[in-house]
Amino acid sequence: MSGDEKHEWAAASTLDVLWVLYDKVLNVTPATADDPDRDRFLLSKGHGPMAYYAVLAEKGFIDESTLDDWTSWDSPLGQHPDRVLVRGAEISSGSLGHGLPIAVGTAIGQRIAGSRGRTFVLVGDGELDEGSNHEAIAVAARLEVANLTTIVIDNQSAMYGWPGGIARRFAVEGWQTAEIDGRDHEAVFAALTAPHDRPYAVVAKIERSY
Amino acid sequence: MTTMRQAFVETVNDEIAADPRIAVVTAVISSNEFPQANERVVDVGIREQTMVGVASGLALAGLRPVVHSYAPFLVERPYEQIKLDIGHQDVGAVFVSIGASYDDPAWGRTHQSPGDVALFDTLPGWTVHVPGHPDEVTPLLRQALKEDNRVYVRLSLHENAQAHPVGEGFTTIRHGKRGVVLAVGPMLDRVVKAVESENADVTVLYAATVRPFDSDGLRKAVRDTDHADVMLVEPYLEGTSSHLVSETLQQIPHRVRSTGVKRHAELRNYGTAEDHDAAHDLDVVGLGSAVRSFFRG
Repeated sequence: MSGDEKHEWAAASTLDVLWVLYDKVLNVTPATADDPDRDRFLLSKGHGPMAYYAVLAEKGFIDESTLDDWTSWDSPLGQHPDRVLVRGAEISSGSLGHGLPIAVGTAIGQRIAGSRGRTFVLVGDGELDEGSNHEAIAVAARLEVANLTTIVIDNQSAMYGWPGGIARRFAVEGWQTAEIDGRDHEAVFAALTAPHDRPYAVVAKIERSY
Repeated sequence: MTTMRQAFVETVNDEIAADPRIAVVTAVISSNEFPQANERVVDVGIREQTMVGVASGLALAGLRPVVHSYAPFLVERPYEQIKLDIGHQDVGAVFVSIGASYDDPAWGRTHQSPGDVALFDTLPGWTVHVPGHPDEVTPLLRQALKEDNRVYVRLSLHENAQAHPVGEGFTTIRHGKRGVVLAVGPMLDRVVKAVESENADVTVLYAATVRPFDSDGLRKAVRDTDHADVMLVEPYLEGTSSHLVSETLQQIPHRVRSTGVKRHAELRNYGTAEDHDAAHDLDVVGLGSAVRSFFRG
């Protein structure tokens, strides 16, 4: 894959977390992609989806051969994922600040249905600039959406940073939080499988490599 | 007397009790009208972007969300969420607004939404209902709640004296030969009075559903007149449906006069809805003048 140099860093930032999620954490396979009891993963940070597509291909959701001509006219794979075109993609994303509010809804929907399924949503630290996220962070805590996990990829992209740290922004609203090295697979796995009885935010720090 | 809003609340509360798919998402406004103890009733506080996002998530999880607020806060503020969280995700929802173009003009421009239907018109796949009477609200809503599509229901404090059949395309109220007047929702009674006051020999059609647009109904009505002249009377931004009238009649020479909330200037006056109707020539006097000038000769 090539052709998205602008977002290569975004893709490189998410790859390790995405791999651990799909390899060890999420209860979803191509065969259960429509099962109401599946875990749902929402890629809110739709920029730089190359890592996402690669993981979906490795896990059999999409055909690996589709990776080569991505963004071409007939390709289902664009610079931002489209759930209608990509098997396994729970949401279409690209415009920032949409995934977390939607995730609050899917998690509430799972709860209403009595489903065992959980909702995971991945956002970027830059994406947290969007105010809609902060609406959702507050609502998820007030409505006690305990089956929701938000993973924040902190690659230091936020224009003005987050004084006191990103985890604090969630914690002050009542979220359980964890901070980890987003490259350390064992730490990612441990954090994403930790029990929680409140909405849960895992801040995965990625050191800038340039 | 039951208002459109009361009809909406009663219908939705009946359906919540009867259908486990139905959910309601609000942002404070009207939230106390719905059973708060029901887990399918979600009030997100004054957070309209999240209101639509949560509705999207509920729909993705298999529920049928009803999303409700005052028109500008339901449609204009979270417009991108409507476009992406509902439309682009390819999920359905029933959006129900109150406030209309200027139901409460004493609250000023912030609480006016004449552009709501025009905004929905930029998005594919939306059904748009503009009922003109409380008794039209319940059948439109019940049908919407049964389906999985994207529906906008625009409620208003203004209404006609009697209900008309809904869901079957445009309804013919009277026949004439000089042309056709298409009256949308609460505009009907004023249109009929204006036409009668001018002794205009025109057909009057009534629409409580404007999307999809009943092109066949309009084409047939025009065919039965001597002139392909169509006056469109909408209670929101003028000309919102004029492109569909033109598309419907593209094979024949025709004239279109669009009336509605004027686009040319932002009114900063308060007053009453009737004052605003007069300012936009949407009262009987203004509509009569439009009928007289357009259908002259």
